[in-house]
Amino acid sequence: MFRNQYDTDVTTWSPAGRLFQVEYAMEAVKQGSAAIGLRSKTHIVLGCVNKANSELSSHQKKIFKVDDHIGVAIAGLTADGRVLSRYMRNECINYSFTYESPLPVGRLVVQLADKAQVCTQRSWKRPYGVGLLVAGLDESGAHLYYNCPSGNYFEYQAFAIGSRSQAAKTYLERRFKNFSDSSRDNLVKDALMAIRETLQGETLKSSICTVAVVGVGEPFHILDQETVQQMIDAFEIVGEQEGPAAEPDAAAAAAAGQEAAAADQGGSTEEGVAPMDI
Amino acid sequence: MTKQQANWSPYDNNGGSCVAIAGADYCVIAADTRMSTGYNILTREYSKICKLADKCVMASSGFQADVKALQKQLAARHLIYQHQHNKQMSCPAMAQLLSNTLYYKRFFPYYSFNVLGGLDNEGKGCVFTYDAVGSYEKVGYSSQGSGSTLITPFLDNQLKSPSPLLLPAQDAVTPLGEAEAIDLIKTVFASASERDIYTGDKIEIVVVNADGIRREYMELRKD
Repeated sequence: MFRNQYDTDVTTWSPAGRLFQVEYAMEAVKQGSAAIGLRSKTHIVLGCVNKANSELSSHQKKIFKVDDHIGVAIAGLTADGRVLSRYMRNECINYSFTYESPLPVGRLVVQLADKAQVCTQRSWKRPYGVGLLVAGLDESGAHLYYNCPSGNYFEYQAFAIGSRSQAAKTYLERRFKNFSDSSRDNLVKDALMAIRETLQGETLKSSICTVAVVGVGEPFHILDQETVQQMIDAFEIVGEQEGPAAEPDAAAAAAAGQEAAAADQGGSTEEGVAPMDI
Repeated sequence: MTKQQANWSPYDNNGGSCVAIAGADYCVIAADTRMSTGYNILTREYSKICKLADKCVMASSGFQADVKALQKQLAARHLIYQHQHNKQMSCPAMAQLLSNTLYYKRFFPYYSFNVLGGLDNEGKGCVFTYDAVGSYEKVGYSSQGSGSTLITPFLDNQLKSPSPLLLPAQDAVTPLGEAEAIDLIKTVFASASERDIYTGDKIEIVVVNADGIRREYMELRKD
């Protein structure tokens, strides 16, 4: 995108019918460190890459618990994300107070989207520079939504946002058909694999990523570092340079049964046969 | 020209009694489960006790609709606290919050007489007692509600809590063990049920200690 005479105000249309300020806000999301989400019928897993300014500093918090049944992962201007998380928490608390039941996820994302839209139609505001992956469980099942700075929202089986998210998206596109019936642990495994895709060579360890889960009978919580590291070790998901990792027997047997990824398996040897069963 | 009188009251008294006793490493909170209005019983199985935080439990008698509203308010405020501080509220913190919440409605009060019990930051038992508009005090034991006039003198006799005005400051918590405190509660409610018509049916006893929170029940006179 290049600078042009229609991109100064959010309230200025371009002749082609575009709002450049909104599109620039979406660029901010693409610059943020990656966040991914995937869901099965009963669980949703969120994951993100932790970026720290320097070795001395702590990393940005990118995954927030909104309520027992809803969590959110953000990419972009994390300050905007923090503010929107606070809004979401408030909405959940108020809804619970009035109706004595958890706020349906679909309602929350609409409210969020409407809030974002307002900022695209006021000359004294700017769009939120953050993309949100909202993961939630309600009576109608498990949901994963993506909320855009433009005020649009979409429901996904799996999605990735932020820098180098295309690599993760490619991975998820190969596998998403299996997610619906995936077990919780396999879903987490897939999330870690997807995160690994965005690292492009860097070793995956629990200190540079955060994983959170929400599901039936499991309130939203962020997995602690040891658990994540154990899962990384157990499934031997390390850097791309590693040859086909020594597979657990189950994985070898299950890999044979994999239809969707079978075609790819033949071709790719970098990660080796992904130790996914399903 | 006589002064105009209200032809209805926004309040009702649903009766019942609450008691709390603080020990060295535990706290017992108890309330009967009868809910009444006037001379009638609405139900024999209503809980007046509410868990506000991991180590903090509140029992309230008075107007149960106001009590319910108060409990919901505190629960919502506790959630906000957890989001902001990443931890549960301590009992003394909740005690202050309750006081502020009650005083907020100083000119249309919650008709709720509360006792708050739990463990403080060091794991010692603590009990806080309130009036309807938020005046509160940390004490070793307390009783509120329709049976309080019968219960408090008996607790005074058995627990002999030192005056908070004494110097050096003396511990308000009782040296009694957990089992003895529970026994005392049962005795006290059994006696109160004899003479207070609004107290009876069942006692709900909640014990907060280092292992967590547990609940017991005891049958009382149904008349």
